[in-house]
Amino acid sequence: MNTLRLALRLLARDFRAGELRVLIAAIVLAVASVGTVAFFADRVKQGLVLQSNKLLGADLMVSADHPLPASYTDEAKRLGLATSHAIRFNSMVALAHATDANAVLTDVKAVAAGYPLRGTITFASGRQAKRTGGGIPGRGEAWVDTRLADRIGAKVGSSIEVGDATLAVTAIVAREPEVAGLTFAPGPKLLVNLADVPATNLLTPGNRATWRLLVAEREPGELQRFRTFVSSRIARGERVESVRDLRPEVRQTLERAERFLGLAALVAVLLAAAAVALAASRYLRRHVDTAAMLRCFGARGSHTLALFVTQFAVLGLIACAIGLVGALLAQQALAALMSGAFVATLPAPGIEPALVAIATGLLLLFGFALPPLAALAHVTPLRVLRRDLPMPRRSALFAYAAGVVTIGVLVAWQAREAQAALIMLGGVGGVVVASGLVAWLLLTALKRLPVRGLSWRYGLANLRRRPLASSLQIGALALGLTALLLLTVVRGDLLRNWRANLPPDAPNEFLVNVLPDQVDDARTWLHSTLSVDAEFKPMVRGRLVEVNGSALDTARYEDPRARRLAEREFNLSWASEVPPGNRVVKGRYWPLDARGADAGISLEEGIANTLHVKVGDRLTFDAGGLRVTAPVTSLRKVDWDSFRVNFFALFAPGALDRLPTTYVAAFRAPEGNTAWLSGLVKRYPNILAIDVAEILGEIESILDRVARAVQFVFLFTLAAGLVVLQAAIASTQDERRYDAAILRTLGASRRQLTAAQVAEFALLGAVAGLLGAAAATAIGYGLADRVFNVPFAGSPYVWLYGIVGGALAVLIAGTLGTRQTLREAPLRVLRQLA
Amino acid sequence: MPSFLVRAISLSKVVQSGDAPISILDDVSFDVAARESVAIVGASGSGKTTLLGLLAGLDDPTSGDVVLDGVGLASLDQDGRAAMRQRLVGFVFQSFQLLPALTALENVMLPLELAGAANAAQSARDWLARVGLARRTTHYPRQLSGGEQQRVAIARAFAGDPKILMADEPTGNLDAATGVEIAELMFRLNREHGTTLLLVTHDANLAARCERRLSLAAGRLVGDERRAAAHVVADVRHVAAK
Ligand SMILES: Nc1ncnc2c1ncn2[C@@H]1O[C@H](COP(=O)(O)OP(=O)(O)O)[C@@H](O)[C@H]1O
Ligand SMILES: [Mg+2]
Repeated sequence: MNTLRLALRLLARDFRAGELRVLIAAIVLAVASVGTVAFFADRVKQGLVLQSNKLLGADLMVSADHPLPASYTDEAKRLGLATSHAIRFNSMVALAHATDANAVLTDVKAVAAGYPLRGTITFASGRQAKRTGGGIPGRGEAWVDTRLADRIGAKVGSSIEVGDATLAVTAIVAREPEVAGLTFAPGPKLLVNLADVPATNLLTPGNRATWRLLVAEREPGELQRFRTFVSSRIARGERVESVRDLRPEVRQTLERAERFLGLAALVAVLLAAAAVALAASRYLRRHVDTAAMLRCFGARGSHTLALFVTQFAVLGLIACAIGLVGALLAQQALAALMSGAFVATLPAPGIEPALVAIATGLLLLFGFALPPLAALAHVTPLRVLRRDLPMPRRSALFAYAAGVVTIGVLVAWQAREAQAALIMLGGVGGVVVASGLVAWLLLTALKRLPVRGLSWRYGLANLRRRPLASSLQIGALALGLTALLLLTVVRGDLLRNWRANLPPDAPNEFLVNVLPDQVDDARTWLHSTLSVDAEFKPMVRGRLVEVNGSALDTARYEDPRARRLAEREFNLSWASEVPPGNRVVKGRYWPLDARGADAGISLEEGIANTLHVKVGDRLTFDAGGLRVTAPVTSLRKVDWDSFRVNFFALFAPGALDRLPTTYVAAFRAPEGNTAWLSGLVKRYPNILAIDVAEILGEIESILDRVARAVQFVFLFTLAAGLVVLQAAIASTQDERRYDAAILRTLGASRRQLTAAQVAEFALLGAVAGLLGAAAATAIGYGLADRVFNVPFAGSPYVWLYGIVGGALAVLIAGTLGTRQTLREAPLRVLRQLA
Repeated sequence: MPSFLVRAISLSKVVQSGDAPISILDDVSFDVAARESVAIVGASGSGKTTLLGLLAGLDDPTSGDVVLDGVGLASLDQDGRAAMRQRLVGFVFQSFQLLPALTALENVMLPLELAGAANAAQSARDWLARVGLARRTTHYPRQLSGGEQQRVAIARAFAGDPKILMADEPTGNLDAATGVEIAELMFRLNREHGTTLLLVTHDANLAARCERRLSLAAGRLVGDERRAAAHVVADVRHVAAK
């Protein structure tokens, strides 16, 4: 009790003296950054679980790219389960009877009696406005969602055209049970009656329709029997989904995002660790005398230690509490930035992330601050008499070891994978060490310049005087600045370069699902209406079923992406020549006059690698029950960025003649003119038009949202860099006060003192900014070269923002931290520090 | 009425220690004429450093004023006093107080640069040569011995061509032999440049070489003696003969 009271008193005294500010700031920051990410990820995960039951609209769903066998439904009924059928497909949807109607690519869901088996539909307007309930659209009716209603201007009472059918809008749906709610940017949606589907004439081979059987149990236990039954019979292209395995991609995306944000937060934590270590060493230096005095007065070593541990425990808890409040506020902002990215509504934050954040804070404090302080327990009382005795060395090794172990624990915990953790540590360590090295070289080089003027020489000398500390500060700041520059300036440059790099004649419209007998007329129509010469290419949708004669076992692909690719339908086509933008990299393309399957297959190189297929392998594709087998005779590299129509697998003409074929066309439509689209849809209801600008827009908006979130978390990194700076400034505060006092004695004016400090801080910030800009440019170059495949001309603004921004940031932080040194009477300072 | 270079007018300094105010300097007044050399002596803790600090404007008196070359320090702010020091005062400390980040040369250049002198490097080099450290210009303070550091400090104090040199126990941290060397150097430069000297010391030999001796005891001025001119002349001869 006595210890606690004394500890609190000492703590309060130190706090008033401003000794603890940096320590608290570092821990607050670490707790806030880890907490923000943990809170956010946890809320999204909980949201997913909560929503998924309702989202499926059933307990279990069997879906397939073909009509499901009747045996499934029969078995479900036999087991006493509730069932309902649904079909999902895409269609252009436009208002009927309007001359310049806007046709919009829509996700159509045709449902039957009983839908939804679970969850409810919420109406925005119509028969059951503002109410929720079940039920399905009657025959000839359509329920449009708010997004589609907005896009085509539909109201209750409007008529819309879906394929060949004209339907009456009887309700506007605000929300309905649908997994699409989990995607980044859900498209417009439409609910129709299953019985109306044939009238639309849309279920053609090129339309990727999905047939679904929805199942819900009335008695617990029935579902499992049904699941077992279906699992034993499941055919290719069919899959069973329940809330348990709902949308694995979403979960994966979330986990990846969480890991990435977590690593970003970790960078902040690592920097905070550096700040804590710096602050602790200053604390040690300042309290060695207190400890010696306590020992002089008879305190045992363990008691002295208990005193300091208690102080730090109290301090840590206070800092953690502040950090948590910060995290709660910040995660709310993050949730707003990422709104709707994963789930529509987020549940309240849980308790577990709070524990994670607090644990991080305490780990930092006790891993980095306490071990050096253990030295205080070993201080010899003789120090009271002889000030020049060295600091106890014994525990220095212990302190370093504890720090290293703590970093290891933190990184392993956050990164969850040894490899990611190592890359992370290596990356951060590398940037800091490299920055430090370059900083040191720069400072050395600057020293050789004939520097005129007191302030510059003095500022430079100050940086060189503590090469290690200066390099650490510069490294930490450079890291924070790199992160921010990368996400602001470099990201903008990359996107601009990428867009600028699109060929000016790149197609901006795709037509898919064009039937063979429509091709000639469509081409003529496009030519007369838009005066474009669209090239129509044949396309057959087929699934890879055999490799070298044996059935393809998709389970052999460990990579989930490869497995998904192998299970999906491929777009097959034929061409007598290598298409423009394609390059044969292995094997030989067939001669111009080659015909039939024997000429072989030209496979896209990337997919060949993913599926482990080599030149010479024989592949069998199945399209609607008809099969074609051919050897792979060449591999192609495809320039996907050209936005031309390209195919994974190409055959020679004639090879696919028996198979169901549709055509695709890509062309450049005049900007801003969409009137032609409704004309086309009226003429050919089955054709789907895909607007590239819209797709690009969605990609960009996704990139944008993710980037903003990451940027947000990287703000913590920059803040941590500034705290390291503050810690370094605080740990050199006494030296600065001393220097200022001497300069004052020699007659320096306030302006001269300020100029010297400005020089030092501006130099520090500018060097950090220079390094940050260099790193950001290098990474930008790497991304451009490896990921975006565009030439990269780094913008000069990176350097400008980096150097000027860095100098300003450090200048402000630095002068705020040292302004008191300018005010003190010199003699008092010299007496204090002598 | 003679014109005084340094005037202390009823200087008092009271510091708050705990609850009780302690008076560490109590109503001290004296005048120092130009070119005079004055020793300030007294027991440890008698207030010598405090007095010297007040005379240089390094600290504020509780009451009273210091007039340097006709200007009252009380009327000036920190910058004003710094400007006065730059123009008038060189300072030598007991513990040298060189800037550790700067080389010997750069330390000596400081006052010149602060004053905006044109050829700071050259005159600093000259000054280092005059204190016998021509070959130590690029050394940092930690690479120099105590005596060498104090030489640098003396060069730094004289470099600004001050009218007044204030020294606070300049030999206090040095061994006896080095202390004598340093003292000789200081007196020689003082003589050559006609500087007014205010020297705090408790070394009787040093004090004896000044024309005048002010004695402090418990913060009060208790003695003000002048030596006969003959002694001083003899002393000068003695030094010159060396
Ligand atoms: N800022 C201060 N606070 C409290 N006591 C002080 C302060 N400055 C000086 N003193 C005290 O005033 C007395 C005179 O100090 P000082 O001028 O350094 O004496 P001297 O230089 O003669 O040894 C000493 O007792 C010292 O402890
Ligand atoms: Mg003293």
